[in-house]
Amino acid sequence: MTRQVVVTGLGMTTPVGGDVDSSWKRVLSGQPGIRVIDEPWVDVQPSKIAGIMAVDPADVLDRVDVRKMDRSQQAALIAAREAWADAGITSIDPDRLGAVVASGIGGITSLMNSYDTLLERGPSRISPHMVTMIMPNGPAAIVGLEVGARAGVHTPVSACASGAEAISYGARMIQTGRADVVIAGGTEACIHPITMAGFAAMRALSTRNDDPMAASRPYDLGRDGFVMGEGAGLLVLESAEFAAARGAKIYGVYAGAGLTSDGHHIAQPDPEGRGAARAIEFALEEAGLTAADIVHVNAHATSTPQGDIAEAVAIRRALGSAADHAVVTGTKSMTGHLLGGAGAIESIFTLLAMRDRLVPPTANLEDKDPAVDLDIATGEPRPLPSGDIAAVNNSFGFGGHDVALIFRSA
Amino acid sequence: MSQDILSGLAVIVNEVAGVPVEDVTSEKSFVDDLDIDSLSMVEVVMAAEDKWGVKIPDSEVKNLKTVGDAVTFIAANS
Repeated sequence: MTRQVVVTGLGMTTPVGGDVDSSWKRVLSGQPGIRVIDEPWVDVQPSKIAGIMAVDPADVLDRVDVRKMDRSQQAALIAAREAWADAGITSIDPDRLGAVVASGIGGITSLMNSYDTLLERGPSRISPHMVTMIMPNGPAAIVGLEVGARAGVHTPVSACASGAEAISYGARMIQTGRADVVIAGGTEACIHPITMAGFAAMRALSTRNDDPMAASRPYDLGRDGFVMGEGAGLLVLESAEFAAARGAKIYGVYAGAGLTSDGHHIAQPDPEGRGAARAIEFALEEAGLTAADIVHVNAHATSTPQGDIAEAVAIRRALGSAADHAVVTGTKSMTGHLLGGAGAIESIFTLLAMRDRLVPPTANLEDKDPAVDLDIATGEPRPLPSGDIAAVNNSFGFGGHDVALIFRSA
Repeated sequence: MSQDILSGLAVIVNEVAGVPVEDVTSEKSFVDDLDIDSLSMVEVVMAAEDKWGVKIPDSEVKNLKTVGDAVTFIAANS
């Protein structure tokens, strides 16, 4: 019998808000936070738009912290502080506290900036903080230090599934007794010409540069790729016993996870959605639920032509006719794609949708792709039923990673 | 000259470690008083080298215990 895990704290900084409350209100309103990148290097880029953090981390953090941390680490620290304060844990044995924070790409902007310094000024002028700024485990280490975690600090890396995998890893630490509390989630901040050029070379990015707010349009026939986003989301996970003993407020129950791989292609999804469907099925199994219990899916839905269809097929494959009663949304239509941060912020949106019984609409869905056989929220927020409900958050990554998380209402 | 260097170092230490400028005085130890760790000390040294055109070798850095030690070394070598 594994221990039950509950969610007691939330934190985020995203392209639609500098914290959970503002981000959540904005996605409920259906307003995207995408804009043209205001940098001189953008002129020659095929994709000139992104979801840039609504509040610049440098405006929030101490400037000494800023100079020692990559932007992805700064975002993670901001989200961690919010989540930790929200959970309100006043006493915890550090040996029973963990941190699991993922990133898809790591500190690539710091790496590239350091390379510029190397070429311009030589090796003696490289910052002594460069290594800790670029290492993929850097955000996890910084968050771990912030809360004083000694049960373990970990960094799963699975591209755009990383944030969701981090949550499942953190939950597993609690389920198996390694920790009582884990702060878990993901972060990303890789808006740099090299990254934009690389994703554009894959033809993965939207080039709807003349209309940024309409560029991320999951399930719409006019979708032409994802929009890069940046930011972070962190959740405080606790064993149900620990949370009950301190009378914590509970956002929801972490019910289960499914982690599979496509075994199909390095970057393209399996068009049959088999790996993704198995992930959802495994998550249902761990949660002790059936497809009929799922009332909401926060889909990965990046707005790529292939990916959205493959996921829609997978959801239908896993939930069958019960998918008719699951309200699906694609919040990347508003935030852009936070890569390693996506699974974390979308898990938070999933929990808040169950708390408020409202599913945020998918922005820009005007001409639905007929290949998508799902009930997708558009226009206004969609109500969810009262009583005990459960929802799925999907995350998939280049490399064929499939992660489905299931949460139950509190 | 030494006063100018002290003032300049105070600005650098403030920039690198957030220590208030007025707290950076000659008798203060970088490690014990100003909480400058070894990585931040590298940043202080790099900035000082750039500002005063001196070379502060690693073998010398360990002798710079106090702010005054650094001022003296920079004054003698710039």
